[in-house]
Amino acid sequence: MRSFLFAVAAFIAVPASAQDEPPPVEVEVESGGVTRAISIAVPALPAEAGVAVSIGRNIAEVIASGLRSSGRFAPIGPGGLPNTSVAQAETPAYGEWRAAGVQQLVSGFVRSSGPNQITVGCYLHDVVAGRELVRQGFAVSADNWRRAAHKCADAIYGRLTGEGAFLDTRIVFVAETGPKDRRVKRIALMDSDGANLRYLTEGEATVVTPRFSPDGRRLAYVSYAGRRARVWVLDIATGARRLLVPGLALTSAPRFSPDGSRIAYARSADGNTDVWIANADGSSVPQRLTSAPGIDTSPSFSPDGRRIAFESDRSGSQQIYVMDADGMNQRRISFGGPSASPAWSPRVDRIAFVRVGAFRVGVMNASGGAEQLLTDGWQDESPSWAPNGQFVMFNRFTREGRSSLFAVPVGGGSVRRLPTPQDGSDPSWSPLQR
Amino acid sequence: MRKSLTIAALSLSLGLAACGRKPAPETLPPAQAGPTDPSAGSGTTSDDEVDLVELPGSQSALVAAAGSDTIFFGTDRSDVSSDAQATLRAQARWLLANPAVRASVEGHADERGTREYNQALGERRAQAAKMFLMAQGVPETRLLTISWGKERPVATGADESAWAQNRRSVTVVVR
Repeated sequence: MRSFLFAVAAFIAVPASAQDEPPPVEVEVESGGVTRAISIAVPALPAEAGVAVSIGRNIAEVIASGLRSSGRFAPIGPGGLPNTSVAQAETPAYGEWRAAGVQQLVSGFVRSSGPNQITVGCYLHDVVAGRELVRQGFAVSADNWRRAAHKCADAIYGRLTGEGAFLDTRIVFVAETGPKDRRVKRIALMDSDGANLRYLTEGEATVVTPRFSPDGRRLAYVSYAGRRARVWVLDIATGARRLLVPGLALTSAPRFSPDGSRIAYARSADGNTDVWIANADGSSVPQRLTSAPGIDTSPSFSPDGRRIAFESDRSGSQQIYVMDADGMNQRRISFGGPSASPAWSPRVDRIAFVRVGAFRVGVMNASGGAEQLLTDGWQDESPSWAPNGQFVMFNRFTREGRSSLFAVPVGGGSVRRLPTPQDGSDPSWSPLQR
Repeated sequence: MRKSLTIAALSLSLGLAACGRKPAPETLPPAQAGPTDPSAGSGTTSDDEVDLVELPGSQSALVAAAGSDTIFFGTDRSDVSSDAQATLRAQARWLLANPAVRASVEGHADERGTREYNQALGERRAQAAKMFLMAQGVPETRLLTISWGKERPVATGADESAWAQNRRSVTVVVR
């Protein structure tokens, strides 16, 4: 026990920056009112007989990494922390953790629950109060242990912040390779932490702006296949794809309605781009929602599906507008400067947008006002919300022609770069997985 | 709206005539006629693809006769400058002298714009060039417009001189 205490104390004494893996974080904006990061210990989860010990350690790594990525936690472990027993999952040595300065403690276990099946026990303890706060179990196939880790981290994040889950999600984006004038673009899908990346298109046609359906099973995206930009709908599981609207019309900027039944998009013809809407399964004649003689594009539904935010240059510059989902009551809401690419929060009446000219990502009220810029890159665009409405992902172009994915907490805090094997753009954050 | 639908239908009927199919109707297509993405299967084109075959020899001839296949635009502009008008007049003369080919008028934008706005802006530029060619007598049925948005820059720099080269419309000779 002495050596245990010593080990933890020694760990605490070392500055976190020297111990932690260098997180891919750039400090860009520090708004006021940022909550102090919660100190939380995440020791390796003990594995019962029949389970590889490494899984318990890997799960703890993913939990710690997920909590750190929220910006709200300062996790320590599993490296440098003592091993714990399965019995300690429910009855941790509170006094010793307290003596080591730990506020919160994650505990648990990994148990074999059948051939190639594991159950991950996930506990959270308030060390100061000596109290259990979370007790959950996740049964997954052994090779799917990362999802159990994300679920556990989501449960802990939710219990301590009061906010919705966001880690058991996926990101779809455009993976980019090659020089600027011969860019190869493929749709890529990965877990929220960058794991399990795979490609959904092969790069034979340029693709942009993939967007998840609300159930996370389909994508709407724009492909230049056939030398024409058009919206396609892809079933992720089967790989089946179809044009949203048959024919040669130039279509772009697709977004699903919250019930997944419809897709709003932009259609360009005769030098005029308008917002249209069609059933996602192709079972309707498309309806035109706007008719201003200018560029109306980038529609995004409100969470209840009753309204659509979009951008229009009808006033002479790009600005954000809101209309009813049938095209009625079009009303400008942005007045702080040219604004584009509205993305309606899935949780509240806030809209993420791009400030044109400066090319920074910001948020504003859906009723207009309270505009606030969150990023400060050379060119930031394509905002997409986390399902809990707490983070906005976007892509950042550099003057050198590189592009990568970043996320920024809407409540204030540092932007965080997401690891991708190649350049990335046009992220779309999936809903929470079921 | 109406005009572009007609163009699409006519283009379709041109493409389909070779296959002995009926011309496409001059209305919005029926709801259930969705094709499958060629890239999901063999990579061949479907009924909805216009098989735009580029003609490099003819392209060179157009450039030689007209001086250039490209016109340029100001930032966020789609009006055709006097320089661009001269180039388009010469292109129109060549197109009228070579009635067997069609042209794909392809609009582009520089990188300093959001992706979806630039997609629309490229179409606006292609349309401006197309209208000017039509005013010179080139039949609308021989002119398609598409937009590449900011996806196909020719100049890779990140400064005004590169952006000026990328804000363009290119007349591509196709069959």
